[in-house]
Amino acid sequence: MSTESRPPPPQFVAKLRRALGGRAGWGGFAFQILFVAVLIWIGYEIVVNTRSNLQAQRITSGFGFLGNTAGFDVSQNLIPYSGSDTYTRVFFVGLLNTLLVALIGIFFATLIGFMVALGRLSPNWLLSRISGGYVELIRNLPLLFQILFWYLAVLAALPNPRQGIALFGSFFLSNRGLVIPRPVAEPGLEPFAIALLVAVVAALLLRGYARRQLFEQGRLIRIWPIVLGLLVGLPLVTSLVFGAPVMFEIPQLKGFNFAGGSRVIPEFVALLLALSLYTAAFIAEIVRAGIQSVHKGQMEAGASLGLSRGSTLRLIVVPQALRVILPPLTNQYLNLTKNSSLAVAIGYPDLVSVFAGTTLSQTGQAIEIIGITMGVYLLISLVTSAIMSFYGWRLSRSLGNT
Amino acid sequence: MKRASLVLTLAFAAGLATPAAHAQTLKTVTDRGMVSCGVSQGLPGFSSPDDKGNWTGLDVDICRAVAAAIFNDPSKVKFVPLSAKDRFTALQSGEIDVLSRNTTWTLSRDTSLGANFTGVTYYDGQGFLVKKSLKVNSALELNSASVCVQTGTTTEQNLADYFKSNSMKYEVIAFASADETVKAYESGRCDVFTSDVSQLYAERLKLANPADHAVLPEVISKEPLGPMVRHGDDQWFDLVKWVLFAMINAEELGVTQKNVDDMAKSDKPELKRVFGTDGNLGEQLGVTKDWVVRIVKAVGNYGEAFDRNVGAGSKLGIARGLNQLWNKGGIQYAPPIR
Repeated sequence: MSTESRPPPPQFVAKLRRALGGRAGWGGFAFQILFVAVLIWIGYEIVVNTRSNLQAQRITSGFGFLGNTAGFDVSQNLIPYSGSDTYTRVFFVGLLNTLLVALIGIFFATLIGFMVALGRLSPNWLLSRISGGYVELIRNLPLLFQILFWYLAVLAALPNPRQGIALFGSFFLSNRGLVIPRPVAEPGLEPFAIALLVAVVAALLLRGYARRQLFEQGRLIRIWPIVLGLLVGLPLVTSLVFGAPVMFEIPQLKGFNFAGGSRVIPEFVALLLALSLYTAAFIAEIVRAGIQSVHKGQMEAGASLGLSRGSTLRLIVVPQALRVILPPLTNQYLNLTKNSSLAVAIGYPDLVSVFAGTTLSQTGQAIEIIGITMGVYLLISLVTSAIMSFYGWRLSRSLGNT
Repeated sequence: MKRASLVLTLAFAAGLATPAAHAQTLKTVTDRGMVSCGVSQGLPGFSSPDDKGNWTGLDVDICRAVAAAIFNDPSKVKFVPLSAKDRFTALQSGEIDVLSRNTTWTLSRDTSLGANFTGVTYYDGQGFLVKKSLKVNSALELNSASVCVQTGTTTEQNLADYFKSNSMKYEVIAFASADETVKAYESGRCDVFTSDVSQLYAERLKLANPADHAVLPEVISKEPLGPMVRHGDDQWFDLVKWVLFAMINAEELGVTQKNVDDMAKSDKPELKRVFGTDGNLGEQLGVTKDWVVRIVKAVGNYGEAFDRNVGAGSKLGIARGLNQLWNKGGIQYAPPIR
């Protein structure tokens, strides 16, 4: 008896059927189509109804307002802005202010969070208790309350500009914020920048060489004195030859306020302090959990190799912990960015304050403006997630994808 | 506050997505048994709650007068406190029937918001409040000052215009609510607090030492404040408009809360028309013939309401000024009831 090899059953149609309709087959597929059609119809009805009702009530709609003159000023703008610019410009001013506080906030929150977590795990009793106390205190108080605390209780208690605290005769701290000398470019700036660039590139090459020597020959080369010499020495020599790269414009008290110099407004400081400290408390817990999730045998193995506690943490434990830490850490970054919209309470000109606030009430176009603002926050969040996912992907690849 | 505005916005979107039912505000109000009235979050003299939660003020009295005309009961009003930036959304979404919240009448607001101003309850202008210790006597000495302002107001734009046209520099710090703005001014974050002059007087009362602060003489803008209603319902628009006119006409005719019952018996043809003993003017507005009697009994004439809330009889003690009747040196004027 010979067995005939039967042709394989037509897989394609069956696969398609399962993919489209799931277990219910083609019938299920029909329902899905129907469901999507109903969703589209509802969406269409909402848009059409809204438009006709807006027209019936003669409420202005559309995005034409973005080209109109704003006519109001903003206290902090990273790009040049005045009252005669358009609402589009206001949008970017607000967006940049939001991004500024979010990025710097994420940096400090991560830094403080890691330090507090390591402090909490430290064998030092006092350090671990202080870190624990910090986490419990900060994460259990409402964020808005903390923002108002920093703004109204701490920063508002600073003296007025005329009695401002002067540091080194050129930094001034008052209830108008911190005024610092502003660097003004001089002819020496260009050679200085080139020298710095050369030094950085040389330092990176040197580091690569040292690593190769370490891994291939087992030779440990101390490169940091040379690197330091390069980074400090080279620019210093150029500025001696070509003249100072920048001059500093010293702020001076004129009338009500300081003239000249750059100023960090207290609204920004209060918001940054509150956001970083608050988020740091959550990050500390995430990092602690991540480190504790690494088997303690890893720590012991590091110790038995003769590595110090710091080196073991840095080289062995934290890279493994990062895989656990990363997803909840991303959440905290997103939270910080979204929480920055509480700025409106203390008058920091973020996106919600100047665009979804002032612009909305001046133009009355709630639907368009709230739509744009929601879209922007969504975009910021998605980009943050994407960056963190990419980092996680690279990390898991370098750890052998286990 | 942010949540409130989000809810309002969603309500607004939902309201717009369903077919419009705005045409019969008076019927809706009568069925509901209440006038829903948008007011400020607490501005003494215009709209603020007392310690028992009763709202008082000039803006409040307009709503009470509307309720009196419809229900013969000035207490049938639901007050909805709104921030400057949420107020128009609340009106557009149908959350409130009347917006009576010290709102400046401007062309863009009248045309683009889907709402109409019904008249001017108070002729105001923008001014500056400063600490006396700064020794500033004129707004023109404010170069380089920090200025606190409430966001979502005409004030913000007037401020930019004024400093620009006088080529002075300044720093603006904008807050969402009036309370936050005043707190920042009091803490020394700003040198100047700017708003409508009436509001400056009202907010000054809340400061720890009102006598340490002075309102500068310059008035840099025209701020006619008045109530607003939605587009598309002319009957309701007429009613709210004529309630204010009735109060002004009552003052002109010398009708007061005290003498209204006596005057209602008068034989004068003009008074008979106003009080509804002759003709049916009230019914043409959709209310009863004795609507003016009801209004004046409830809140008094315009002058009485002014004095009680912001004028000589109140803590604010603001002079009548522009708000005096046209035949007594002011510009308050109402078309005749006939």
